[in-house]
Amino acid sequence: MNDTTIDAAVHVGLRGVTRVFGTDPKTRVEALGPIDLDLRKGEFFAVVGPSGCGKSTLFDIVAGLSPATEGRAVFEGHELNGRAVPEGIGVVFQEDASFAWLNVADNVAFGLRRAGLGEAEITRRVDDTLTFMGLRDFAAAYPSQLSGGMRQRVCIARTLVQRPRLILLDEPFGALDQQTRLIMGEELLKLWRETGATVLLITHALDEAAMLADRVGVMSARPGRIIDVVETPWGKDRDSRVVSDPRFGEITAHLWTRLRDESMAALSHKAA
Amino acid sequence: MSSARNNLFVILSMFGVWQITYWAIGDLALRPPLDTIRNAWSLIGSEGFMAHLNETLQAFTFALAIAVTVGVALGFCLGMNRLAGEVGEPLLVSFYSLPKITLYPIVLLIFGIGMPSKVAFGAIHGIMPITIFTLGALRNLPPILGRTSKVLRLTRWQSVWTILFPAARPEIFTGLRLGFSLTLIGTLLGEMFASQRGIGFLLMQAIGLHDTDRIMALTFLIVGFAITASLMLLAINRHLRHGAA
Repeated sequence: MNDTTIDAAVHVGLRGVTRVFGTDPKTRVEALGPIDLDLRKGEFFAVVGPSGCGKSTLFDIVAGLSPATEGRAVFEGHELNGRAVPEGIGVVFQEDASFAWLNVADNVAFGLRRAGLGEAEITRRVDDTLTFMGLRDFAAAYPSQLSGGMRQRVCIARTLVQRPRLILLDEPFGALDQQTRLIMGEELLKLWRETGATVLLITHALDEAAMLADRVGVMSARPGRIIDVVETPWGKDRDSRVVSDPRFGEITAHLWTRLRDESMAALSHKAA
Repeated sequence: MSSARNNLFVILSMFGVWQITYWAIGDLALRPPLDTIRNAWSLIGSEGFMAHLNETLQAFTFALAIAVTVGVALGFCLGMNRLAGEVGEPLLVSFYSLPKITLYPIVLLIFGIGMPSKVAFGAIHGIMPITIFTLGALRNLPPILGRTSKVLRLTRWQSVWTILFPAARPEIFTGLRLGFSLTLIGTLLGEMFASQRGIGFLLMQAIGLHDTDRIMALTFLIVGFAITASLMLLAINRHLRHGAA
């Protein structure tokens, strides 16, 4: 068995993490791992992998939504056991999770109200967040009156307003068009710089991962393991213009080379 | 505004069809709209009518309160528990399709003649649609809402009260609208077959005497009440759905 100790300086640490669904040998699915991974405090880490490789399972374990079958998952020294999402973790899903019955301001204030903050503090934080996310003019609008991109912004704002130290994003721009994705990516970089939070982004888009992340982890076909970690050379002030840098093409080409065989393997899994 | 105009158009059309039907059938079975309105007005002012109306409204209010409370609670219990929902739903649907009037003798044996049996019979009619709609509303909620309540660190009760119930509310309210109408029907049926008071009793009495004026006036008042209430509930439902659209 590998060493399961995790350095105290590591923000999120995974040691030998696996996830198996079912107990019947005929139907059980080995979805993930074993995975060893350290996220440094304040870094932007992206995970790419073939369809069905266990990216979302990994996401659920780090979010505290699902337990690992084996191994250890730790956030700021606290074990992630799948029973509760620890304080300090903010999560944004791919699906629209805005609350249709609340306007934008109340959507964003939702978590703060449940946490029992004073109304003055809530108003101040919500105003700041709406301004930061460019939603101030839509504070009184309902989600049904907004575009998909705007609704996703509301979900990000609802997460951000709680000032998480770890932000987890599961393909948050998956349902958006390419232009909106680039713009949302820039906004994500901006909020990452300003909050100083650690970010874990799950995505299937190689260009998105290469543009946004400090490091990109490449996962194998199921059961998903990290088979490569690619460092990007961009500074912290990067934006979507890095796509015109020649090194951007090299990075995405490298990612695709690593991923191609795994994607083929994943497809043959499905066909079988 | 256009909605109000549409409603007015529908009402006027109904009066038109009524008048034409009266011309076709004649005095034997119908009265024309204007005569009926006049008769209804004088019936409202007649001695003892208010006591009967009060009796019906009281029974209906109790029946509706029971139907809503039990229906929503039962719908939540079945909707929150997958196994219970899968077992309970076919039973509910079977019971819903059963002609409830066949149960009335049993209701009478249990509750006796009077207010309790009317309330029980009205509630039986209303509970099923409210339960089925509440169950369906919860079952159709997107799973992402459950995951979101977890990441917001809500307790089970907070999750139900602040996320699941508001998200399901428009569909539950549709069930309440249907439950409202069926509870009214159940209460009136209860009064028609085993009661000495209430609007249903007056209607049965008029049928026995072949008093067409009275039958038409009472029917007009009942339909008027049901349509007005239904339009008000529909307006509230549209308001609730505005956010969920």
